[in-house]
Amino acid sequence: MYTQALNTQDSAPVAKSDPQADSRFQARVDAEEKIEPNDAMPEAYRRTLTRQIAQHAHSEIVGMLPEGNWITRAPSLKRKAALLAKVQDEGGHGAYLYAAAETLGTSREQMEEQLLSGAAKYSSIFNYPTLTWADIGIVGWLVDGAAIMNQIPLCRCSYGPYARAMVRVCKEESFHQRQGYEIMIALCKGTPAQKQMAQEALNRWWWPVLMMFGPPDKDSLHTESAMRWKIKRFTNDELRQKFVDATVPQGHFLGLTFPDPALKFDTTTQHWNYGEIDWAEFKRVVAGDGPCNRQRMKQMRAKHTDNAWVREAANAYANKRRQRAAAMPIAAE
Amino acid sequence: MSDQSWPLWEVFIRTRNGLAHRHVGSVHAVDATMALHAARDTYTRRGEGLSVWVVPSASITASDPADKDMMFEPTASKIYRHPTFYEIPDEVGHM
Repeated sequence: MYTQALNTQDSAPVAKSDPQADSRFQARVDAEEKIEPNDAMPEAYRRTLTRQIAQHAHSEIVGMLPEGNWITRAPSLKRKAALLAKVQDEGGHGAYLYAAAETLGTSREQMEEQLLSGAAKYSSIFNYPTLTWADIGIVGWLVDGAAIMNQIPLCRCSYGPYARAMVRVCKEESFHQRQGYEIMIALCKGTPAQKQMAQEALNRWWWPVLMMFGPPDKDSLHTESAMRWKIKRFTNDELRQKFVDATVPQGHFLGLTFPDPALKFDTTTQHWNYGEIDWAEFKRVVAGDGPCNRQRMKQMRAKHTDNAWVREAANAYANKRRQRAAAMPIAAE
Repeated sequence: MSDQSWPLWEVFIRTRNGLAHRHVGSVHAVDATMALHAARDTYTRRGEGLSVWVVPSASITASDPADKDMMFEPTASKIYRHPTFYEIPDEVGHM
């Protein structure tokens, strides 16, 4: 999902673990007790969570770019207001998540630095371009739809601050998905050219969206520990299947065709079977070679440098006010 | 880097009158005014609050979870502090 790039070996030195403390910790997790910031926790748990929450936060922030791309070109004032509110929400989600990650002992500046240097990842999905207005409909309907599927179980994550941030995010995400689907309905009920635009957007996004759930379970490096620690409640493949089952009927309601000849409802299992996902493409995009990776990183770095004066000015202003406040009692004497 | 990191503030929101302010998260800001604005933008985009408090995180003194036994255990043995400790005959009715 937003943290699918976690599927790499952690290269940092392995921390010493204390088997007794680890088993006390596991007992608390097994009893569905929430773990809070200053509680004892295994170093590997802290590290995994920090990476996961930071990646999730980075995805929210980078995710503002493909949608921000259409704010000035939204087809009506209503759509523009909704898109602006949605992009603001994504910024807010990034802020909740950075705050949650900071409780584990990594500073916001460190996380930002890791994103800008390329050391930290964000979701592969945001390395695809939003070529037409229909892509904005797709991003809301499918990208946010997939995100909801992943984030609802995260509301029950064992780490308190992450779980609480997810509750807030999920409440807001529902508007995102519904506004996206409404854009799709408008296009599909519109002219043949609009309908075609909707179909082409679905064709472009369907497979990358399925990749959002991360590698298949058999190749997933961290599923076992993430499930044991109750960070994850469902595996990648389980969530992907839930998403396909929920989404295919919504696409058919729009009169659209999914770009997968193998997509077929299995009456015995009551699930939609889908075709083989191109995992080579997934690996390429995560490794940095997707259609927009370079552009996104360039935009993120430019934002950081171009806005440096705002951070400096805010600090200078706060310092000046502090100095004035300190000088005041002396003047009054 | 010329960035001086911005202090962390904890954010508390009263969702409606009659309820206590409740911790909702944190923000970074150079001073209290900016912290209030950032808290408003981050945590109340959908009318979640009527009042916001921001407190410098460094000003909060917290108990250490590792000391929780020492801190809270003494109350566990004082069961006579609970109403159910006292026997009242059923005939007396609700008390």
